[in-house]
Amino acid sequence: MSASASDGAVVAVHQPDSFAFSAEYAAAAEQIEGRYPPEKRASAVIPLLHLAQRQHANWLPKAAMDYVADRLGMARIRVYEVATFYTMFNKEPVGKHLIQVCTTTPCWLRGSDEVLGACKRRLGIGPGETTPDGQFTVVEVECAGACVNAPVVAIGDDYYEDLDGPAMVALLDQLARGESPTPGSQTGRRGSCPATGPTTLTNQPLPSAAADLATGADD
Amino acid sequence: MLRDEDRIFTNLYGFESPGLKAAQGRGDWVGAKEFLLKGRDWVVAEIKDSALRGRGGAGFSTGLKWSFMPKKSDGGPVYLVVNADEGEPGTCKDRDILRHDPHKLVEGILYASFAIGATAAYVYVRGEFIREIQRLQIAVDEAYAAGLIGKNACGAGYDLDVYVHTGAGAYICGEETALIESLEGKKGQPRSKPPFPAQAGLYSRPTTVNNVETIAVVPTILRRGAAWFSGIGRPKNVGTKLFCISGHVNNPCNVEEAMGIPLRELIEKHAGGVRGGWDNLLAVIPGGSSTPVIPRSVCDTVVMDYDGLSEVKTALGTAGVIVMDKSTDIVRAIARLARFYAHESCGQCTPCREGTPWMARMMDRMVEGKARVEEIDLLFDISKQIEGRTICALGDAAAWPIQGLIRHFRPELERRIAAARQSAAA
Repeated sequence: MSASASDGAVVAVHQPDSFAFSAEYAAAAEQIEGRYPPEKRASAVIPLLHLAQRQHANWLPKAAMDYVADRLGMARIRVYEVATFYTMFNKEPVGKHLIQVCTTTPCWLRGSDEVLGACKRRLGIGPGETTPDGQFTVVEVECAGACVNAPVVAIGDDYYEDLDGPAMVALLDQLARGESPTPGSQTGRRGSCPATGPTTLTNQPLPSAAADLATGADD
Repeated sequence: MLRDEDRIFTNLYGFESPGLKAAQGRGDWVGAKEFLLKGRDWVVAEIKDSALRGRGGAGFSTGLKWSFMPKKSDGGPVYLVVNADEGEPGTCKDRDILRHDPHKLVEGILYASFAIGATAAYVYVRGEFIREIQRLQIAVDEAYAAGLIGKNACGAGYDLDVYVHTGAGAYICGEETALIESLEGKKGQPRSKPPFPAQAGLYSRPTTVNNVETIAVVPTILRRGAAWFSGIGRPKNVGTKLFCISGHVNNPCNVEEAMGIPLRELIEKHAGGVRGGWDNLLAVIPGGSSTPVIPRSVCDTVVMDYDGLSEVKTALGTAGVIVMDKSTDIVRAIARLARFYAHESCGQCTPCREGTPWMARMMDRMVEGKARVEEIDLLFDISKQIEGRTICALGDAAAWPIQGLIRHFRPELERRIAAARQSAAA
């Protein structure tokens, strides 16, 4: 759903000669492969390409596609088809921070133009561009699926929500300083709850801020 | 308004932990073994009686869909696939289930799988939901560790494996056969039907594909009974529903409400009203981006269920309500959706592959008024040439927003064309 940083590009110019999973990634790959019937290992192609991209600075060189193809016993062309069909796979290098700005109608109605403008002002780059120091790439993406918290930006593994221009600049400042901004709503509201407090579920115990930060492991 | 005690998603906002112990404290997994011991036919009958319809957009009867699955095993695998590829603009309800109430989903997967005779279940989550995938995986791991799924699930003699699978950014994979192709490791291009997934789905084996919300309401229906669920809302439009209210409202939010709630009540009770007041409302897209826009005059009285919205030539879809006030450039709002569909067309069928970018280009010109008045009819005609002429419904989904715009906002399109003419002449 996201517009890839390399939409349109086939492969990057500077390609590494080889790729292989590290021990840690190979173990994760094995676990994933175990989810599918042995003769249907091709099912693991998308999760494995995600792993490869994660190991390789958030982009997929051709060598990684070949490695995944060989590992799963797939024809290489089938893996290229997948890698180029799905927009989350970056076929060329991206900045350390990939700023994915949702600009589809629900985000646009809430000011995604302002968010994109803030990126341009703070970083000097527009959608599809990378800062010369390789720190930031900005892309426009299609619906991120967090519309009631619009406008929304995905950075790394997290969503940053309820943004406006100044909040976006503040996020970029934090990232530039090497900090990790707190994900979720930047106005401090809880999930998709109305900003002024819940209109339902009001006979529940009072919200505890800790719950949202919990990893989800048992309380 | 729906009473709190009739709400299913009691941790919608994540006020409590999504973990197993907290979920059990909210009533999840209670009675699971007994439900399984009542047998597969009982589960199907209960869901049929509840009149639950699919919550992913199409609104097909869930019990009926399940009953299409083979009654007798041929010894081979049978699959439940849960569609968590949420990406219809305006829709963000499944995300809340995945991150805040994942045990509702895992428990529902157990019953649904049992009902259709499945040997394994896959949950296909959109790749961008990285945190939600982690939360769901934790819930699955917890359920395995507690013996709720896996071998001899709940001690009732039924074996079920549940796997979480990730997508990688393709709206089309929300279409069930594209999702199956993707799960098999291919490009997400929809299959021609028949055969339907119930005959030949994942790995050419019998498969049921259901939306997250559909599956996640199943446990509560079994616990409280079909009659409770079917008693909420109007006949054929029953139960509770998660609504996502985005756009120009004071408090955008997700909320669980009774089916059939008037649109105005939904917006004013839960979303703090339209920005600037109800009189400042221009239009609403009521059920996710593919459902045709309705103007304020229709919004005044329309009720939010399948039949209520179909009567005014739109649809409930995913219940993603996109609100636009009078400051909205309505033509640009729809043009942006046209661009979305052009971007997301999988390229398989000519009318969609060629037609969606064509419509997007025409819509971009309509924003500026750089068109001839006759082109409004041409645009409508092109949309009609796409609708119903493609393998999947993406073509329809791309056509409907534009048809809605022309149906209700033709004078605005004409006004822009005239204005552009005038300024060109001057």
